Amino acid sequence: MAAFIATSARSVLTKAASFTPRLSSAFRSGSASWTQISTSGSSHFVPKTARFSTASGILYTKKGRPGPGQGFQVNFVMQDGEEITVQAHEGESLLDVAWANDIDIEGACEASLACSTCHLILDESSYSKLEEPTDEENDMLDLAFGLTDTSRLGCQVLMNKELDGIVARLPSVTRNAQQ
Amino acid sequence: MLMLMRLSFIARAVGHSTRISAARPCSLRALSTSTRVTTENTAAATTDRTSRPFRVAVIGSGPGGFYTAHRILKHVPQATVDMFEALPVPHGLVRFGVAPDHPEVKNVINTFDEVAENPNFTFIGNTTVGTFVTPGSRKANLEIADLRPHYDAVLLAYGAHEDRILGVSNEEKLKGVMAARSFVGFYNGLPSEQDLPVDLSRSDTAVVIGQGNVALDVARILLTPLEELKKTDLTEKTVKILEKSAVKHVYVIGRRGPLEVAFTAKELREMLQLPNTTFRMDEKLLASEMERAGKSLDRPRKRLMGLLEKGIKESKPDQPKSWTLMFLRSPLGFHGNDQHELESIQLGINRLEGDAKSRKAILTEQQENLKCGLAFRSIGYKSIGIHGVPFDERKGIVPNMDGKVMDKDQNIIPGLYASGWLKRGPIGVIATTMADAYQTADTIIADWTRGEPMLNTNKETPKAGGKAILEKLSAQGHKTVSYQDWKKIEQKEFELGARVGKPREKFLTVEEMLKVLD
Repeated sequence: MAAFIATSARSVLTKAASFTPRLSSAFRSGSASWTQISTSGSSHFVPKTARFSTASGILYTKKGRPGPGQGFQVNFVMQDGEEITVQAHEGESLLDVAWANDIDIEGACEASLACSTCHLILDESSYSKLEEPTDEENDMLDLAFGLTDTSRLGCQVLMNKELDGIVARLPSVTRNAQQ
Repeated sequence: MLMLMRLSFIARAVGHSTRISAARPCSLRALSTSTRVTTENTAAATTDRTSRPFRVAVIGSGPGGFYTAHRILKHVPQATVDMFEALPVPHGLVRFGVAPDHPEVKNVINTFDEVAENPNFTFIGNTTVGTFVTPGSRKANLEIADLRPHYDAVLLAYGAHEDRILGVSNEEKLKGVMAARSFVGFYNGLPSEQDLPVDLSRSDTAVVIGQGNVALDVARILLTPLEELKKTDLTEKTVKILEKSAVKHVYVIGRRGPLEVAFTAKELREMLQLPNTTFRMDEKLLASEMERAGKSLDRPRKRLMGLLEKGIKESKPDQPKSWTLMFLRSPLGFHGNDQHELESIQLGINRLEGDAKSRKAILTEQQENLKCGLAFRSIGYKSIGIHGVPFDERKGIVPNMDGKVMDKDQNIIPGLYASGWLKRGPIGVIATTMADAYQTADTIIADWTRGEPMLNTNKETPKAGGKAILEKLSAQGHKTVSYQDWKKIEQKEFELGARVGKPREKFLTVEEMLKVLD
């Protein structure tokens, strides 16, 4: 049966890294109520009660998102080739960065190392700067679709100065329908 | 061409639930997203679908159903989903299949809860849809035909209800021989398995036939120190049975070799970390198989074999408990005593034939007898067909193309879809089912958006959804369970669990579940 490839030959768009805070689709607390606040002159919404995958995530809700030139740059490359550049706090996981910026990464087990749905493919240079994945992370990576030599789980990669400018590609969802 | 169109739609749809979009600030990206969606809608304006609700019925509330619903609600603002579930409690195998000592896997429930809070989502529990074709099956509350007039699409996601049998002598006659599936259902509190006779006190040896993750789950539950399991949501009824357990040695048997095991690294690692437990397997067989495979092994398999090697090397001999991986063995039959209790299992010894990718186990003339008082067959689950829906008996699935149900002549049945184990067979972890559910959801979304025929859509009249059905059921005196009702049941389970230091204590019967709502 035909392989199912969820990618398209759409032209590559590069987004300006403007400070455009977005609501995370990952605010998993359905009862979250929304409050309008004002930061750096731009008005946006943050949830009163948001559940993040890490304790550090909760901290950053209070701190808000870093603007351009603040924090560290993360370049996500979507399945269709679209590049989205965002800023990350020190110590924040790529999964949290993605969630905080509305980038659609599942993270089904909520960073408890029980699934592979936050699988990301990193640029070689950034990958080589990271410590080896733990056995537990490798166990989950083994179950990921489209595993590569520079694959990591987004929940396990914590941002720091060395990783500034990291490129993280979302794997194409390639599945054989009969598998 | 059609596929391309659909895929580009998927790639374009950067979705958010309606609730969140409404509160969403007009960021650059949000603007461009909405522009793109508008263009898409204009392109599909050959129907009036953009302006009317999209009514979807989902049969089953496990990951296959919930992840499909999640995706549809996220990408189609006017979609409403009614999810039918036979039991009063949702989440399918996340509740009744995932091992109690894997609570982290159950975090997916948070996403399901989020889906259920969408105002366009309705959970209709305690309601069966589609009578099974198996003779003697209980008649369902509703048939697929009853849903047709009210919905645009029906998604079948009711999973795999039966297990595969070995087809050998005494398999279904002796006490102590059971399906791993039934035992898993029993210890996870599945109401239909609570009458399973489980006596672990009679023998110190258990055999699990099959080498997948379910087989290792069963072995692990039998060998894990009880004080550990008491902290999980393992039912108290099972805790009482395990307190009397005499099981010390577990054999996990496969008909082929180590390269063909179906379990994954996490589950194997847990087995190798069991305290006071010796691990045994044929070291020479592993070495020769690895040499044979050479460099052709992919990374996951290579790591798995490495883990086995390490397990052999680090295993402490003469521990009070043990587990053994046995290869190249096929059960030929079970032997019992005068009381019809299992005494031993007769095993045929196999050799492997065929090319590396699809090696077959061929019986030799050699046999051996393994004494045991318990045997769990764990060679796979299978789905059952329901009336009014095509079913492939051989594959045990509903025949489909990317989730679109087909009849036996390979014609697409408009408006009928499948996801989860019913769609692709009972394999894979939750992430596999998620990817597969999203594929079905994308098929459904594309059909809706492109104006493809759905249920009874020769005339494009809006459907009313489940309201009429609920009224009819209510008039018949049938009690349905809403998600809010389930939350009350769950709250009670949390309370009962807290009393005994567990995350929850599950109700074991439908009656007890419903009683909470009186």
